[in-house]
Amino acid sequence: MRTAELINFHEGPNDAASVLEHATESANDQGGTIVKPPTVSASKVSPGGGVWRNLTDWFTRNIGSALLALTSIAIFIGLWYLAVKYRFDFYVRFTNIPAPLDVLDEIVRLSKTDTFYENMLISLRRILMGFGIAVVSGIVLGLIIGRYQRARQLMFPMLEILRPIPAIAWVPMAIMLWPTNESSIVFITFIGSFFPILLSTVHGVTSVDPVLIRAARSLGAKEPALLRQVILPAALPDIFNGLSVGMGVAWVSLIAAEMISGQFGIGYFTWEAYSLIQYSDIVIGMIVIGFLGLACSAAIRLVGRLGMPWANQRGGNKA
Amino acid sequence: MSAEKGKVEIRNLDVRFGWGANQVEAVSDVNIDIKPGEFVSILGPSGCGKSTLLNVVAGFVKRTSGTVQVDGAEVQGPGAERGMVFQQYSLFPWMTVRKNVEFGLKMQGRPRSEREAAARTLLGLAGLLAFENHYPEQLSGGMKQRVGIVRALATSPQVLLMDEPFGALDAQTRVVMQQILTNMWQRFRLSVLFITHDIDESIFLSDKVYVMTARPGRIKAEIEVPLPRPRVAEMTTSPEFMQLRQQLHELIREESFKAMGGDLKEGMGGFGMEVGPQGVAELI
Repeated sequence: MRTAELINFHEGPNDAASVLEHATESANDQGGTIVKPPTVSASKVSPGGGVWRNLTDWFTRNIGSALLALTSIAIFIGLWYLAVKYRFDFYVRFTNIPAPLDVLDEIVRLSKTDTFYENMLISLRRILMGFGIAVVSGIVLGLIIGRYQRARQLMFPMLEILRPIPAIAWVPMAIMLWPTNESSIVFITFIGSFFPILLSTVHGVTSVDPVLIRAARSLGAKEPALLRQVILPAALPDIFNGLSVGMGVAWVSLIAAEMISGQFGIGYFTWEAYSLIQYSDIVIGMIVIGFLGLACSAAIRLVGRLGMPWANQRGGNKA
Repeated sequence: MSAEKGKVEIRNLDVRFGWGANQVEAVSDVNIDIKPGEFVSILGPSGCGKSTLLNVVAGFVKRTSGTVQVDGAEVQGPGAERGMVFQQYSLFPWMTVRKNVEFGLKMQGRPRSEREAAARTLLGLAGLLAFENHYPEQLSGGMKQRVGIVRALATSPQVLLMDEPFGALDAQTRVVMQQILTNMWQRFRLSVLFITHDIDESIFLSDKVYVMTARPGRIKAEIEVPLPRPRVAEMTTSPEFMQLRQQLHELIREESFKAMGGDLKEGMGGFGMEVGPQGVAELI
């Protein structure tokens, strides 16, 4: 086999040529086409150490980072404790701030009440609706604006004027526009997350490698298939960046809206605690907002990782 | 697959870009014939419009005048009956290797089981079956380009259009890929229009080589390659091969200098050299 000699010096694409020659000799013979597993991924595994060492490595790395994270949290709470205990009062006043243990007691008490959970659920529902509507409309509009020049010329200038208006500035207008408090809060949450999602989708669509579009068209793809099966997946990494940013802004907008015009919800809870002089509840409200926001961002990252398995292959830091 | 399809006729093709004073003539009065099952290369210096020519046949670029017919049908736009292999890697990164190969069949509305079977057969032939569930990012350059070829073949095109497909590969991989391509081509018996600036590559692969001039691209020469099939690496040192290489080299060298003549003339003038009316070619 001359081709086999030819190919020997090249260790990458193993015995492709000989396989091919074999196949040319006897058509439809599929039996002998067993190829060795990829050298590409194999080279990444350290030789000798095996699975066990990788596993222990992973643990030591992650225990280290967990310890560091806990350290910073402990220092934060420690400073808070000391500042309250010694009634720190030098321009910044800790005189009215509840101590960490008081907050803990209050959390235990609140966790036995229903309204506490109701407030959380109501906020989450508002996020889900406002953000959900923003996801669908932002991605659809972003695909259209990114793909079609005429649509871009028609819509983009107007959207660029609306974009710099912060969601909080929409609060009075939203209260006038929408029939219920609930719908105006959802609207404000939507407005906050819509623009980051729209813009990153447009960016994703306009930066799709043109050769991919050509390849798809030369394989017979027409416009609808091109949009759904080529442009959308190609833009997904950018879209998920927009979703992460959008989720952050959605929470900012939601809390502001709840504080100003709300009934129920965790933002309302926090503001109400201030009015009712229940200072521990202010801290609890803030902590809950922090954790809910964190959970929502984590959920988006998870969906991104599941939805874009190919991106994980090269580190997956994009989503 | 029979060799009755895959006839390409290009008649008096002109391609111009832009309007008025800014108009650029990319391709001028090109006539090319590809017989069914023939492997034809277009060889030319960079920037001579050979990729433009291929893109016209692929249906991506509109011709200014002339006709391009594949099996008697005028080319109107891109289509799966003309498979395309690009110079850059053009695999869909979000699809596994097998899904990439299935894409054309999916666009034709073929059922999943049929697509899978076809893709796996083709991947087996290219020695890539073990990688069917890998993502393109995990493959080497040569493997990616093999998947690209297999993907273009999946829809059983009449003609395969290849735009310097091995240009981005290292020299060793390129030699292997050329061997794989001739084997594939012999098996599938389809026509190939292959763009390259590599003289050896064009001789090794082709039945016929068209040499293009510097911009605007015209056909300067049409050289038949009488080497027997199947082609093997040893042939590259045979006297016939050497002679063809010499012939093509002379044809191309002139055009390469013409292609960058303006810059070269200025540069050489700076060294106190005299350049006559024929340009730098006479200095060499």
